[in-house]
Amino acid sequence: MKRYGQEISVAIAIATLAAVLAYAAPGYFSGENLSDLFLSNMPVLVVAVGMTLVILTGEIDVSVGSIFAICGVAAGVIAKAGVPVLFACLAACAIGAALGALNGVLVAYVRIPSIVVTLATMTALRDGLRWTTQGAWVENLPRSFQWFGLTQGAYPVAALLTAVVLVGTVGWGIRNLAAGRAIYATGSNAEAARVSGINTRRVVFLVFAATGALTGLAAVFNSVRFNQIPSNAGLGLELKVIAAVVVGGTAITGGRGSIAGTVLGVVLLGAIGPALIFLGTSAYWEQALQGIVILSAITIEALRSRAETREAGLAAHRV
Amino acid sequence: MPVPILYAHLISKSFEGVRALKGVSFELLSGEVHALVGENGAGKSTLIKIMTGAVFADSGALTIGGQTVAHNSPGVARSLGVAAIYQQPSLFSHLTVAENIALVLEEARPWRRINWKARRERARALIEKAGASIDPERLVSTLSMPEQQIVEIAKAIGANARILVMDEPTASLTELEVESLFKVIAELKSQGVGIIYISHRLEEISKIADRVTVLRDGEAIATRDAPSVDRSELIQLMVGRAVNAVFPKRRVQLGDIVLRLHEISNRATGVTSVSLEVRKGEILGIAGLVGSGRTQLAETIFGLTPSDSGEIFIQGTPAAVRSPADAIRHGIGYVPEDRRKHGVILEMPITVNTSLADLDAVSHGGLIHSADESAMAERFVEQLRIKTPSVHANVGMLSGGNQQKVALSRWLATNPKILILDEPTQGVDVGSKSEIHALMVDLAERGLAIIMISSELPELLGMSDRIAVMRDGTIASILSREEATQEKILLLAFGHALAGQTA
Repeated sequence: MKRYGQEISVAIAIATLAAVLAYAAPGYFSGENLSDLFLSNMPVLVVAVGMTLVILTGEIDVSVGSIFAICGVAAGVIAKAGVPVLFACLAACAIGAALGALNGVLVAYVRIPSIVVTLATMTALRDGLRWTTQGAWVENLPRSFQWFGLTQGAYPVAALLTAVVLVGTVGWGIRNLAAGRAIYATGSNAEAARVSGINTRRVVFLVFAATGALTGLAAVFNSVRFNQIPSNAGLGLELKVIAAVVVGGTAITGGRGSIAGTVLGVVLLGAIGPALIFLGTSAYWEQALQGIVILSAITIEALRSRAETREAGLAAHRV
Repeated sequence: MPVPILYAHLISKSFEGVRALKGVSFELLSGEVHALVGENGAGKSTLIKIMTGAVFADSGALTIGGQTVAHNSPGVARSLGVAAIYQQPSLFSHLTVAENIALVLEEARPWRRINWKARRERARALIEKAGASIDPERLVSTLSMPEQQIVEIAKAIGANARILVMDEPTASLTELEVESLFKVIAELKSQGVGIIYISHRLEEISKIADRVTVLRDGEAIATRDAPSVDRSELIQLMVGRAVNAVFPKRRVQLGDIVLRLHEISNRATGVTSVSLEVRKGEILGIAGLVGSGRTQLAETIFGLTPSDSGEIFIQGTPAAVRSPADAIRHGIGYVPEDRRKHGVILEMPITVNTSLADLDAVSHGGLIHSADESAMAERFVEQLRIKTPSVHANVGMLSGGNQQKVALSRWLATNPKILILDEPTQGVDVGSKSEIHALMVDLAERGLAIIMISSELPELLGMSDRIAVMRDGTIASILSREEATQEKILLLAFGHALAGQTA
């Protein structure tokens, strides 16, 4: 059970929060509120699934917010040009994958540290988009683009199904597929993985590309909900996503973590803000409280892994 | 009679239960060059680390400049005038020569204004004292290796070093550069500096040293007058011990040639025109000093640093080995030297570590069957007698010997034809060691071709059918089991032709 220590801590935190809310603000659990909560956090979850893979390999991607904005705008513009909505959405995912692949090439093959690469692409893509759109939002979207998102019945079901299928397959896959094994091995000890015949560079490239594609998917689900698509969407998304992944127990140094943990991380961080409002506290506390949650998660994780190292050290001395 | 400026008395030091130094005494006089020689792992580096304060002795006394040093540390050692120059200069490559020298000499008060002119002038003067002229404004990254060493020496002179430790200072120098370094050493000697000189090049020692002390297995075996000492006597002293350990070696009928290298080179790593062949059932030992290119050769064969010229033949057919994946496909396995760094993944369970190089065997269409994977790990845990509570325990929780067995399991799982073992028993307890040796013999009997790199001469002599001795990135000579002796191997490794030697 020790292996899931962090996940359990987060689950307990969520349960505690739920208990407090159930007592103090039962309105929080109204179907409407829960549905709203889910829909606003679903894109964060989709990107976080990709980010989990990136962080598992020991890398980081801070450009997801910018890619998110570009994919959203691209989906709208393509749909307005008369392309069927489904293809517009697929195109957005493809653009995301391409931008992620660009990150991947620079990190894996040109071998620039991922924080540097994605900081640069974050800024370049964001400002490139601002320059291209001149800050204008995409408006007058075709009706077909919106009926899906604005239909109260279909959209939440589709979003829920997508999230469940995505979390299920990726979560199961990284545990049971050889490809998932390659991700964990690369993040744990890249050198040992390479000696074992794993193409560690390709692994890193692919997780960046996959994260780009998932960011595109998240952008599509986000943009169909509203009448316009803002060109400054996704500002700060990277922080939310990385925080959720780390709170969920994925080691920032790579090699350890799970999709289940990430789901819990997204739930905890997504639930806190609105909970404050329901509990009658100022919403201004949201960011501060999120910060506290992140700090405590990282501290607990650091203490835990130090204890583990000590234990392993002792064990290694016994012959 | 000059007085000792450094005296180490009965120094002992253990690392994780292994005794690196067993009561070593060592004396250095003012104005003396005292050489320190010994095989890999004889305890030379540990001894100098204790003198420079990098490592703390378990017992014994250290006297520097007449003062007993109770708690040595790098700072204390420096203030007592101890400076060290290593094989690889440790300078800041993006700073200038003057800045590098200033870093150790100038007091670092945060608001002090830097006097650039004085800084340059002092650097120039110190480098002159070290017998060279280098522009103090040059970036260290633009300096050659010997120039960087001059800067290190200038630093030591500037710090008024009375005791200078030089660890293989000539390893990366050419003949000419060595000559100028010797002039600097002579100059320092005349100023009364005591020099502890470590080198694998025995001919240098009789040239510049006054005395030479031989270390073997953590003990100071003998001290001789260097100008009159005989080189073969030095080697005798270094080897000394009889091969008394019993190795479970059984001769196996050798089969066809499995692996043949034809003039393999890799310019980047210094592997130069290596040709050799290994037969089915054979254990080929590879000897050589640290830095002779043994590991680099292994990495080239395994495709980690692919060769840039030459050919590899596997079972008679040319094979392109451009990556570890290629090597695995061709039936090559490689258990690397530093198992914690390259061998096993400590924070993953035995199951994952065992199947990593051959996931296909436990998966279908990319889907891993955890039952098959556990069964594979169970099989090897039983076969190699790995001591663990369960196959799901993390490898980090096992002892060194058991970690090494897990690393071995991974490669045995791939059913290799050729197995390269780099220091297979380094840092492994005695029990596991003989189990690993027994396993190697079993594997050879089953027809594997094994290449074993080792720094331990008794292991090489006890286990190998033939021994290839490497020096300067290439094979100096290949000895058969019958003709190989510790002396011959060391002579070859130290760079002496065997002709005319009666070992």
